[in-house]
Amino acid sequence: MEIDKKVLQVLNITKKFGDGCPVCRENKEILIKNYCPHCQTIYACRNISFDLYEGEILGVVGESGSGKSTFVQCLYFDQKATNGEAYLSNYKGGRTNALEVSNQEKRYIKDYIMGMVYQNPFLGLKMNFSAISNVAEKLIAGGSRNVGNIKEISNNLLDIVNIENFRRNDNPSDFSGGMQQRLQIAKALSNNPPILFLDEVTTGLDLSVQANVLDLIKKIQRDLKISMVIVSHDLGVIKMLADRTLVMLNGEIIESGLTDQILEDPQHAYTQQLVHSLL
Amino acid sequence: MKNILEIKNISKSFTLHNINKHIKACNDISLSIRKGEFIGITGKSGSGKSTILKSIYRTYLPEKGNILYDSEKFGEVNLSKADERKIVYLRKYEIGYVSQFLNVLPRTTAIELIENSLLEMGYEKDYSKDEACKMLSHFELDKELWDSYPVNFSGGEKLRLNVASAMIKKPRLLLLDEPTASLDLESKKKVRELIEKLKKQGTTMLGIFHDIEFMDGLCDFEFNMEKGGISPN
Repeated sequence: MEIDKKVLQVLNITKKFGDGCPVCRENKEILIKNYCPHCQTIYACRNISFDLYEGEILGVVGESGSGKSTFVQCLYFDQKATNGEAYLSNYKGGRTNALEVSNQEKRYIKDYIMGMVYQNPFLGLKMNFSAISNVAEKLIAGGSRNVGNIKEISNNLLDIVNIENFRRNDNPSDFSGGMQQRLQIAKALSNNPPILFLDEVTTGLDLSVQANVLDLIKKIQRDLKISMVIVSHDLGVIKMLADRTLVMLNGEIIESGLTDQILEDPQHAYTQQLVHSLL
Repeated sequence: MKNILEIKNISKSFTLHNINKHIKACNDISLSIRKGEFIGITGKSGSGKSTILKSIYRTYLPEKGNILYDSEKFGEVNLSKADERKIVYLRKYEIGYVSQFLNVLPRTTAIELIENSLLEMGYEKDYSKDEACKMLSHFELDKELWDSYPVNFSGGEKLRLNVASAMIKKPRLLLLDEPTASLDLESKKKVRELIEKLKKQGTTMLGIFHDIEFMDGLCDFEFNMEKGGISPN
């Protein structure tokens, strides 16, 4: 295990909706939560910086509306960050800010270096294509052209996530929520990305399916050494999976540390409140 | 012999924001452990025993003081301030922790749980399985239970599993937080045998115990804690 191999370095990602005014740009205390009463600007996330290391699972917790999904989507180029930098060690040696490259390059990064599993399967899957072609589509986008190969890899991936043979030609719209989520994971894993973003993967799943998905994530981390950012408001999930955890409130990271330290010795008032709400 | 762990003037208090209070858990604790030693700590509940152990494991962030650990890989590391990644590494390879509670992923069988601790360290699947089997038979866990989920186990069985999964990694420094709390005599003997075996292999251990009898003849040094302070027994 190498302890200092960063796969992703994120610096000061900020996303605001609105232009901001001199008052809120200068004086952060004026904001009500993350909203400026003068110019109605909403700061969805502010100055998010962290490092993601090889093979680690980083948890992100926080209440809804705290900007967890926003910064993950900024990193996956689904939203355009207002400013900030992201360096990927697998992209040009980590010297180029991935947030400022051309759309074509972003496409390449999305196909080869990052995978994403959305909270809402409709964002990640094409509902009117069969399960296997959903996975194949990503492989084709990643440059595979041999039909035999594509079939084989897709089937292997669907084996990993336990989608039965006889369902592989069905459309994901006919799948249960848990199956859709697992299919998304299979799709995200095609092309072997070194980084995976998981946005509330277990939310809305029943407990037995949730156990399946957690087991799957842990296996992927151990066997494939993929680094993951797991966004969740379920502390139990974070406790089981993450090595380190970031706590977000009103668009900012207020606390970070080892997961068990965050859960057992929380420093910030909000984190204490959050931990005390754990069942 | 060189000290493997040196605790220097550790203080820890908890700030509870919702009631606006500070609670002092331990005050100005100093302790040093040489390689291969076994140190036992006793004391009433609430006297701050676990706080020390958890501070060493970095589950708690100490307020003041240093915890110097002589690591095999990094040399001297200050556990109270070291980089989180270093701590993650040390937890995986060098420092083990046995807690009173079993914390396990849902739908993980007993044998998988033990196996996983080795797989995490990068051992081969076959080797991990063999070692896990050996460990479980040493603890005389019923063979029928190996492939079932630990959630349904009795308290004693869970605890044995917990001890097994920490011990199988053969850590250099093992922290034991009441590893015998709810065990019957027979299982206590098992744990004791294993501790003695580990001690022979040179593992340094720091343990919290309630039963003085168990510690008898096992510990090199015994300390007693009271109201957040420590004194030799």
